[in-house]
Amino acid sequence: MSQSKSSGLLLRLLASGVLALTAASLSAQTKNSCLDCHSVLPDKLGVTQETFSHDIHSQKGLTCVSCHGGNAANDDPTQAMSKKAGWKGHIDRRQVPALCGSCHSNPDYMRKFDPTLRTDQLAEYHTSVHGKLLASGDTKVAVCTDCHSVHNLRAPNDPQSTVYPVNIAATCSHCHADAKYMKGYSIPTDQFAKYNTSVHHDALTVRGDLSAPTCTTCHGNHGAVPPGVASVPNVCSTCHVFQAQMYEKSSHKAAFDSAHLPGCVVCHQNHAIVHPTDAKLSAQTGGVCMQCHKPGDKCDQARGQILVKLTQLDVAVKQADQALSAADAAGMDVSEARLGQNEARDSLTKARVAIHSFKPDVIGPYVQAGLNTAGKDLKAGQDAMVERDRRRHGLGFSLIAIGLMVVSLRLYINKIEK
Amino acid sequence: MTLLRNVIDWLHDRLEWDDLIAPLKKKTVPHHRLSYWYFLGGITLFLFGIQVVTGILLLLYYRPGASEAFESVQYIMTQVQFGWLIRSIHSWSANLMIFTAVAHMFSVLFLKAYRRPRELTWVSGVVLLALVMGFGFSGYLLPWNTLAYFATKVGTEIAGQVPIIGHPIMVFLRGGEEVTGATLTRFFGFHVAVLPGIVVLVILFHLLMVQRQGMSLPPSVEKEWAVNPSSEHETRFFPNFVLRELMAWYVGLGVLGALAAMFPWNLGVKADLFASAPAGIKPEWYFLFMFQTLKLIPSKVWFIDGEVLGIVAFAVAGLLWLLLPFFENDRAARSRRWITGLSVFALAFVITMSVYGYVAK
Repeated sequence: MSQSKSSGLLLRLLASGVLALTAASLSAQTKNSCLDCHSVLPDKLGVTQETFSHDIHSQKGLTCVSCHGGNAANDDPTQAMSKKAGWKGHIDRRQVPALCGSCHSNPDYMRKFDPTLRTDQLAEYHTSVHGKLLASGDTKVAVCTDCHSVHNLRAPNDPQSTVYPVNIAATCSHCHADAKYMKGYSIPTDQFAKYNTSVHHDALTVRGDLSAPTCTTCHGNHGAVPPGVASVPNVCSTCHVFQAQMYEKSSHKAAFDSAHLPGCVVCHQNHAIVHPTDAKLSAQTGGVCMQCHKPGDKCDQARGQILVKLTQLDVAVKQADQALSAADAAGMDVSEARLGQNEARDSLTKARVAIHSFKPDVIGPYVQAGLNTAGKDLKAGQDAMVERDRRRHGLGFSLIAIGLMVVSLRLYINKIEK
Repeated sequence: MTLLRNVIDWLHDRLEWDDLIAPLKKKTVPHHRLSYWYFLGGITLFLFGIQVVTGILLLLYYRPGASEAFESVQYIMTQVQFGWLIRSIHSWSANLMIFTAVAHMFSVLFLKAYRRPRELTWVSGVVLLALVMGFGFSGYLLPWNTLAYFATKVGTEIAGQVPIIGHPIMVFLRGGEEVTGATLTRFFGFHVAVLPGIVVLVILFHLLMVQRQGMSLPPSVEKEWAVNPSSEHETRFFPNFVLRELMAWYVGLGVLGALAAMFPWNLGVKADLFASAPAGIKPEWYFLFMFQTLKLIPSKVWFIDGEVLGIVAFAVAGLLWLLLPFFENDRAARSRRWITGLSVFALAFVITMSVYGYVAK
């Protein structure tokens, strides 16, 4: 009896001891004395709990100590930030890629958070212009934190992230559009301004197509370098597959290669890629062919033929559209022909893609198919207007008959009421 | 002509309609400067007839169902001979019918035709208006286009806001929690079977009451005739009034034909259940005043949900409107002034809110 009492007491004591230790350890784990001071410190040294709570690292359970070392559980700043506690202090820019890479290049460690995440960013960075210049001692170039930010680092799919597709161009422009900062690198600083005028920028920001190209799509992200002259068509062809296939087989491919011209960019430019119009084929201002070709040569003749064909189809599609709109406005149902117009527009798009073959014969069948469809749609629109007129004539006769009936009734009523 | 005469005589010998039309020939109706207002009810009846005929013709080709409805209406409009005209007339006539029914109601109100002993005629008339609006709401969905789909979604959602019974009503109307093909089939059933059956019965009652009690005389004309009995003028119901009514119907037919031919009713785009609602979507014009009012009520009024408050207020107003004639007490002149004031306010409110709803973004 007495033995059982004493063993019960012992158990209770043990249990309370374990609980107390667990509580102390939890408190030590969750305590972050860094923020006690740094949340009220100014500028660069200031990090609030609110800011850090949005950081992906904070959300995954990492703390200040994970990067800066030290002992966040200790309230005494001198001990918390002592060498003995492993405190690293401010991370030098030159050390940033290696520090980030210590986790992000470790597949075993990263797998715990996201098995799909790549772990070759640091290796890629070393091959980039940024990485090479940093290795050569240039500390002005971008390191991880310049693009991804620090203490408020969000996942790339977070719309507020600095590397969310819509924000990437602005992030790159922080340095690349700053002429003063870029002085000495002998590269232009108008890329951002030019990109903002491009069809790619429109697709990304206006149409909200997150797959549309931004800086990193063509230059790479961690391994950012300008694409070489020879690789430009390869870069563009990742999206513009058909154009690239036709260009590869065209006479331009060999000619551009031998002249060391950067393929697509010759006609479309690089950052200011505006929506191409048929005017690019013109021999006048706005045309690009005559930059290299001579008036009247074989290629100029082909250019003329292609332009005539495209203009013909473009005009036919517009005429059919007008006729169908007029019929629509008159309340006539031309939905079937409207659907047909999509086909005609598809043919026009295909014909414009086929320009990259630079052969009138290749473009011809697409143009003809489009002309046939647009012709049918135009007729449908014109027929609808004829039908509308027929209806109106029918209405006119009916109204005359109704009017006569009303007058007759009135006369009859007058007669019987006399 | 002799042949026609012979046929009529032959039929007359067998049907002997003299007895049937004798009371109609004896029957007279008052004829005065405000008589033309009384044609509105007849025109509404005529338009209902047009709806029945064109509705039956549309039924020959219409197929209810989410995968077929839109295509079948498209087929009617493009392939069926005069299909476009029938569908356009059906749509225009539906709108005109609601317009003439509302105009008829307000003319009855301002000419004081609801007074004792015609309270039940008024009640049946208001019920008819509600049923006609039900026709409009159910018929609007049948082409299964985007506007109709979202209008039905919003309309049934509003019905779902009614306290306690709202949600079961919404589920009953939709045939589930969402507007789907089941809703379309259900609305088709309401539109071509349930509502016509009820409406025909109420119309018969309404007409029976009009025939039994004769036409009401506006108080101002009543006074004029009392002061000057020689100005009193009655005309025979048959054929004089009937022929005048026929004239009005012909004019109505002309207007309807002109609207249907000049502005054929648009079919729109097929409903896509996964698409987001088009911006600035609005209900049909006859529901616009309610829609706009509900939009203007704040989301919370004290502790009550604004939308619920609005719906309850409309339900109470509708009930009071239905029972309007019963509020006339012994001090008739005073209560009539009160009712006239209320009618003017109601008309002004409906017009203002409808116009505001139409122009608002």
